[in-house]
Amino acid sequence: MANSDFVKATLMATTKKKTAAPAKKSTTKSAKSTNFATAPINKSLTKEAKIALYRTIVGIRRFEERSLRAYNQGKIGGFLHLYIGQEAVATGIVSLMEENDHIITAYRDHGHALAVGMSMNECMAEMYGKHTGCSKGKGGSMHFFAPDKNYWGGHGIVAGQTPLGAGLAFALKYKGLKGCALAFLGDGAVNQGSFMETLNLASLWNIPVVFVIENNGYSMGTSLKRSSAEENLAHRADGFDMEWEVCNGHDVFEVREVANRAMTRAREEHKPFLLEIRTYRYRGHSVADANHEKYRTKEEIEEYKRTKDPVNVIKQQLLADGTLTEDEAKKIDQEKKDEAEASAKFADESPVAPRSEIQTDVYWEVDNDSESKLKGTYFFND
Amino acid sequence: MGEEVAQYNGAYKVTEGLWEKWGDKRLIDTPISEAAFSGLAIGASALGIRPVVEMMFMSFSYVAIDQLFNNASFCRYMSGGLMNIPIVVRGPANGGTNVGATHSHTPENMVANHPGLKVVCPSNAYDAKGLMKAAIRDNDPVFVMENTLLYGEKWDVPEEEYIVELGVANILKEGSDLTIVSHGRCAMISLQAAKTLEEKHGISVEVVDLRSIRPLDEETILRSVKKTHRALLVEENKPYCGVDAQISHIIQLKAFDYLDAPVHRVSAIDAPQIYAKELENWQIPNEERIIEMALKCLA
Ligand SMILES: Cc1ncc(C[n+]2csc(CCOP(=O)(O)OP(=O)(O)O)c2C)c(N)n1
Ligand SMILES: [Mg+2]
Repeated sequence: MANSDFVKATLMATTKKKTAAPAKKSTTKSAKSTNFATAPINKSLTKEAKIALYRTIVGIRRFEERSLRAYNQGKIGGFLHLYIGQEAVATGIVSLMEENDHIITAYRDHGHALAVGMSMNECMAEMYGKHTGCSKGKGGSMHFFAPDKNYWGGHGIVAGQTPLGAGLAFALKYKGLKGCALAFLGDGAVNQGSFMETLNLASLWNIPVVFVIENNGYSMGTSLKRSSAEENLAHRADGFDMEWEVCNGHDVFEVREVANRAMTRAREEHKPFLLEIRTYRYRGHSVADANHEKYRTKEEIEEYKRTKDPVNVIKQQLLADGTLTEDEAKKIDQEKKDEAEASAKFADESPVAPRSEIQTDVYWEVDNDSESKLKGTYFFND
Repeated sequence: MGEEVAQYNGAYKVTEGLWEKWGDKRLIDTPISEAAFSGLAIGASALGIRPVVEMMFMSFSYVAIDQLFNNASFCRYMSGGLMNIPIVVRGPANGGTNVGATHSHTPENMVANHPGLKVVCPSNAYDAKGLMKAAIRDNDPVFVMENTLLYGEKWDVPEEEYIVELGVANILKEGSDLTIVSHGRCAMISLQAAKTLEEKHGISVEVVDLRSIRPLDEETILRSVKKTHRALLVEENKPYCGVDAQISHIIQLKAFDYLDAPVHRVSAIDAPQIYAKELENWQIPNEERIIEMALKCLA
């Protein structure tokens, strides 16, 4: 039942591309030994920028660990889908975003939210269902939004965000803006019709969208093997005449190197791209998933943590290249723990929205007391 | 057939133990492809097998609406009765668990709005078993709307075989001053409210649990209202075009002369489901709101 060779498979994930562009014949070994930190897109990073990547990855980790405690204390309700183990994916890709780039994802959305610069306070408060939350406590953990940061959510229905991602990209092209949209989804989400329909549209209409499959090997308790007939998910792009690449998700520099190609191509050529990033989630599907050591082995989880923990991987890289000292790394870690702790306090002390808020944000006219005067009944109360 | 129904025992453990017992042939884990597997179930049923499709949440049936609302409901009609679709689509359809708007739908009204489909909403374990058996044996597509909050409740259920027929309501409590008509978990909350109304306000309330939304037991509703002369309708649906909008129409049309007060309602506060726990608990019907409205209806 356990997808025990998933870890092996991720070790073997080779960077591939379909097109004429300089073919990279990466094999198992070279993929493993490539130092992505020296790739041009990473080499140009300043010391501060590298530290910022580390801060983001650590911040996501500490924030989520704190939210888990709050959930276990009953402060957070509903579902809590933790991103722990996958942090380098959102961090790497978001770090490449330019002014006109936009991003949208599914319910496992805390990492992307913090990476685009949402505050721990507004995110934690949202999970606590408080008025000070990013969505006033109306959306919860699965529905973080920050349009001011080009972040269009947090979506609860599997793959439902993927056509929206294409829509963001369509609008960019329509308005003549040079940018791309990033639409994240999981390895289970690829089997929704809406995603496959969207792949076709994106390619047919040359829409600058980059689909990012965060392949963590499982959709809830179902391993990739048991849900997809073709396990190489990126290959689906071939059926739509779309470019694709596969890479590992534990090394933020690898993510950046590969995603940069996809995003640049989308921006420059108005072409969609399908990226499959092999990653891993440490926790259950959601915190309520008590089975998560039944459909996979403990060893599988431990092995990934030991060899590929994204927090540790970047830390070792930055220590090795002299960007950080052990003390500085510790200090950042402590800062992020404190920030997460403070966000829990902020959330706890924040008020719940008044009952009247239940019926706001439903219709624009009603909220804005529209000049054109409201005609007709908008709400039907008992 | 459904997501995580076999090896994982069901996201809410409804199918626990069935895979061990019946194996891969009868318990089938699906990819997250609701449109495909519900359509597949419809096709398979045409050749006489009786698929039971689980929607992990009824909310997720929304990505399969064409299959369910076009194919399941109209194949029989459009073939002039040549084709039958004996499938069951079941899964939780409720709010009250702070999972936000996309996961809290109660679409029994939408299903009932499609002639050809049937829909039941068990409020307790006894009915859940009896209605499920009836649904599987039924020759038409039947939706069974469950409730994750009721999964945690305990009731005695006979081991032996029994059926709860579709289209037969259940009187949970007899009374003479007011009729509350309700279904699903709201029927249980209404029953609690009825007890409080009796103890604290000396009001005798009859509680009718619909059990089946389509077919609908009009007769029991009307008999009760003609006896008490007052009706309060309670459902978790949003009010506009909710199940109770239809029931209200039936009562005014067929029992108008018996009514001593307008028909009253308690439904969800008319907005997408809010996440925040305190607010969601206020948004969906609760005992306090039911009692308040009952007193208004009696005033
Ligand atoms: C249409 C729909 N079906 C089912 C679900 C329930 N569900 C939520 S997440 C999930 C698994 C998704 O797995 P994957 O796409 O791999 O993403 P991951 O959770 O691994 O990030 C399922 C079945 C849903 N939210 N929406
Ligand atoms: Mg997954």
